[in-house]
Amino acid sequence: MRTTVSIVLLAVVILGFGLSLLDVPFAERKSQIGDYYIVNGRDQTGATNIVTSVVLDYRGFDTLGEITVLFVAALGLGAVMAAAGGRRERPSTTEPPSLVLRTGTNVLFPLLILFGVYIFVHGHLTPGGGFQGGAIIASAFLLVYLCCRERRINLARKTAADSLGGIVFVGLGLVGLAVGSRYFLSDFLPKGSLDTLFSAGMIPIIYIAIGIKVGAELAGVIDDLLEETE
Amino acid sequence: MIIIVTILVAVMLAAAVAAFVFKELLSAVLAACLVSLIASILFLFLQAPDVAMAEASIGAALVTAIFVIAIKRTGKREE
Repeated sequence: MRTTVSIVLLAVVILGFGLSLLDVPFAERKSQIGDYYIVNGRDQTGATNIVTSVVLDYRGFDTLGEITVLFVAALGLGAVMAAAGGRRERPSTTEPPSLVLRTGTNVLFPLLILFGVYIFVHGHLTPGGGFQGGAIIASAFLLVYLCCRERRINLARKTAADSLGGIVFVGLGLVGLAVGSRYFLSDFLPKGSLDTLFSAGMIPIIYIAIGIKVGAELAGVIDDLLEETE
Repeated sequence: MIIIVTILVAVMLAAAVAAFVFKELLSAVLAACLVSLIASILFLFLQAPDVAMAEASIGAALVTAIFVIAIKRTGKREE
């Protein structure tokens, strides 16, 4: 009886959703804002990469929210891990990493860091940005954790980098507010010439701050998780 | 092009089902990693390189690593 009722209810719900979707014009342009960004984004923000001009200029406040979500998640994980029993030191029984892994890590680690930094420094020119570059940097640290168990990131420096990124982001936004614009995170620096590294006002600075912050946070998440397993 | 995309989507769907079906958790995580990897290739084909980079680095690399660490900490098989 209950099964039948559930199936009937489910069918009704699915039918309702389907009927309500009939009027939605899929694959049709309803909003004009996307076209506006594509046409005016380059001139208004100075960023060649239109995605970046949306993420950090038109929708900069949303990005601050995303950074906050990531920060709170990392903080929560750290708190849960600390509450779960603290640091358990166990004699390491894992076999030492192979020569291939060690050599590969030694060669790849600086290259990965360089690649991540390149990605977020050029966020306003080429695809990518602070989040992608930060994730690449964190994966470089993940490689180190796989290879050399005894190495740890310096927690004080990690926290300092994390805080510095957040402070630069919010501070630049507040300076933009103070310098005479009417809204938070308004771009007050000169735009420079298009397609050059030093252009797009404060977008590169914010992306560098985000890259450092995301890299430090994600590396800290991996560190938190691994600290308990050993 | 359409053939490549069709093959990729088929493999992606198979991997997604496999991630659901596998009882061995490590295999399931690797199947989910494959889903993310193919999703990032598809994002690239859809001319969204920014999303593709985020998906490849976070979805395929970091999330997989975090899951593997979590499996190491808990149990290897689904009860």
